[in-house]
Formats: sequence, C-alpha cells, structure tokens
Amino acid sequence: MPNLNDLKLRISSVKSTQKITSAMKMVAAAKLRRAQEQAEASRPYAERMERMLGSLAASAGKQPGASPLLVGTGKDDVHLLIVAAADRGLCGGFNSNIVKEARNKANALIRAGKTVKIFCVGRKSRDQLRRSFRENIVGTLEDVAKPSLGFDKAATVADRVLAMFKAGEFDVCTVFYAKFKSVISQVPTAQQLIPFEAEGAAEAPALSEGGIYDYEPSDEKILSDLLPRNIAVQIFKAMLENNASEHGARMSAMDNATRNAGEMIDRLSIQYNRTRQANITNELIEIISAKEAL
Amino acid sequence: MAKEQVEFELVSPEKLLFSQSVDMVVVPGEDGDFGVLPRHAPMISTVRPGVIAIYSGKEVSERIFVAGGFAEVTGERCTVLAEIALRVGEIDKAAVKQQLQDAKEDLSDAKDDAARDAARKQIGLSEAMLNAAG
Repeated sequence: MPNLNDLKLRISSVKSTQKITSAMKMVAAAKLRRAQEQAEASRPYAERMERMLGSLAASAGKQPGASPLLVGTGKDDVHLLIVAAADRGLCGGFNSNIVKEARNKANALIRAGKTVKIFCVGRKSRDQLRRSFRENIVGTLEDVAKPSLGFDKAATVADRVLAMFKAGEFDVCTVFYAKFKSVISQVPTAQQLIPFEAEGAAEAPALSEGGIYDYEPSDEKILSDLLPRNIAVQIFKAMLENNASEHGARMSAMDNATRNAGEMIDRLSIQYNRTRQANITNELIEIISAKEAL
Repeated sequence: MAKEQVEFELVSPEKLLFSQSVDMVVVPGEDGDFGVLPRHAPMISTVRPGVIAIYSGKEVSERIFVAGGFAEVTGERCTVLAEIALRVGEIDKAAVKQQLQDAKEDLSDAKDDAARDAARKQIGLSEAMLNAAG
C-alpha cells in the first residue's frame, strides 16, 4: 500500500508544477498579444514592398541580365534552408513541426542528389537538426527575440545570406517558419526567397491603377536595392509570424499541461483519501480485535 | 470642390508610422529632392538619408528624418518605405555625434572592405542626421 506521506508529497509537487504551467500560460498569453500586434503592425511594410516589387519584376524581370536574385542562377544544385524556430522548448509540437518540415525537404533534396546547406535561426532548430545534419549546418542565430525582436536581427541574417549568395555558395534559398493562423493552429510553411517568387503573381494589375511607373534613378538600380531589402523583410516577417506562433503554441501546450495536472491532483487526492480511510479502518480493527482477545 | 490632397504614408518594417492626407510632401530622392503634389506622375524612386518635409498649405507642418528607403508615388498616393524614421525634433544630437565619432574610429580600425563600407555608411547616416537636426 502506498505510504500516506509519499502521496502527500506527490500531490504537493504536482500542485507546484501546475502553478508553474499556469503562470507560463499567462505569460505566453501576454506575450502572444504583443507578438500578434507586432506581426500585424509589420504587415503594411511587407505588403507595400511586395506591391512595388511585383510591378518592378513584371517590367524588369524579362530583360536579359536581370539580377540573379530575381531570376535565379540558372541552376538548382545547392539549396540553402533557413530554419526558423524558437529559442525555448515547452511549446508543444511547435519546434518539432517546423524542423520536421525542413528535415523532409532536406532529405528529399539529398535523395535527388542536391547539396543542402542549413542556416538555423533559434536554438531549438539547431539542437534538433544537429543530430542528423551536423555537417550541413552553415550558421546559427540565437536569442532571436532577446531583448526584443527587431528588424536588425532579420537584417543580420539577410546580410549573411546575401553574402553567401554573392559568393555563389547556393542557388536556391527557402525559409521555414510557422505561419500564425490562430492560437491553436500554426502551419509550418516553406517560402522560397531566392529566386524571388511573388506570392500573388496575379497581383500585377497593381500597375493598372497608376499606369506605368517612372523609375528614378533607373529600374535596375532600384531593383538591385529593393531585392536584398525584400529578403530582409521576408525574413523579418517569418520571424514575427514565428514569434506569434511560438507563444500561441506555448499557450495551448501550457493550458493542456495545467488541465492534466488538475486531473492528476484529483486522482491522487482520491487515492490519498482511500488510503487514509483504509488505515483508519485497519487501526479500528486492531483495537477491536485486541479488545475481543482480552 | 474640396482641395485635392495626397495620401501620404510612411512605413517602417516595424509599423505604419504616418498616414494622412497632406497638401504636399518633399522627399529626398536618390537623384535629388522631389515634391509630390496631387496627380503626380506615377514613379518609384530610391530615397537617400535626409528629411521628408510635409506641407499643409504653404507651411511645413512636419519634418521627418529617414535613413534611406524607397518611395512609390501614384496620382493620389505617396508611400515611403523607410528603415529608420524619426521626427526631426526627436533627434538626439549628442547621441548622434557619439555615433559619428564611433563610426569614424571603426573606419580607421576596419580591417576588411565590408567593415569599411559599414563604417562609411554609418558616417554618412550620422552626418545626414546632424544636418537634419541643424
């Protein structure tokens, strides 16, 4: 029979775990609100950037000698995967889902005889990918959201990526992150950065509203400024979405954990009470039988 | 008939900073400042570090410093995408001077071209900021 004291200890330990998980849930909820606001606030920039780029790409992309950032290097031998996940765990399947998506892609590419390079954003993506793709990892960025998630962090990643691209170290670049749909649903997404793929290629009619643009100084010059910037912006967008998703995932994971702890406490309390009653009954039987023996 | 105005929007990667109808804006383009009035010909331009002046009537109502970016102009709208933007009155001169000093030291300490370029860019930015603050 379980010892009463042991049961008591277990109940109190589960109770303190529950306190921690419910506090984490509260913190995640507060952070989620901020992250969501930030993600929403950044949308106008990305949207307008996309609109500009769309109309530029439509006019300049067809010319010979267009930037390789736009049309690619003409090869697809070496792939760079930017895997953006969180720095911390305890957020359900959030990190594993992103990593799984990236791992599947990497395995498929390797099977197809391509070279794969991986850039990890976030400590968890590095930790998980290091096991199977140790020699493919070319760089990592940690502490993404510390002290706050700023554009400069995305710019650092973008600079690294662009430097590698210029040095001809890869042909195609894809970023993996979790798109924030709602608190309970985050969708791991792969988005191709290089060569540029307009998300809504059909949005070209943006031209019709203002007619054909004049470019100052020249369309190639603007395009060569805009394309690298766009990469930083897209990475930033991925990071913001990821941040919101992470807190959403953590919130629901911690909610579940709190509920599970509650159930466990109920079960243990019942067991504790049963044991206590059994002990009392035993003692009574002992007293009675001792009396009868006299 | 109401007076025609331009929808002016200033956006940074972090948020939408400014969005309202104005009479005229003057944007520091790469090839020189340009003013945007209603029914301006559509164009896209790069923006150098400098000051965007917003006019209401003939008066400058607001001056905002931007550290480079892009401007998209259509007949009724003017959108500026900027990396850093702050009101001219909010520029902290002492801090900028310090930055300029640091950048100059970086330039003399720089070992490779990339570091030199970064330092030069920072110097240009800080100088433009000081000019803007007057």
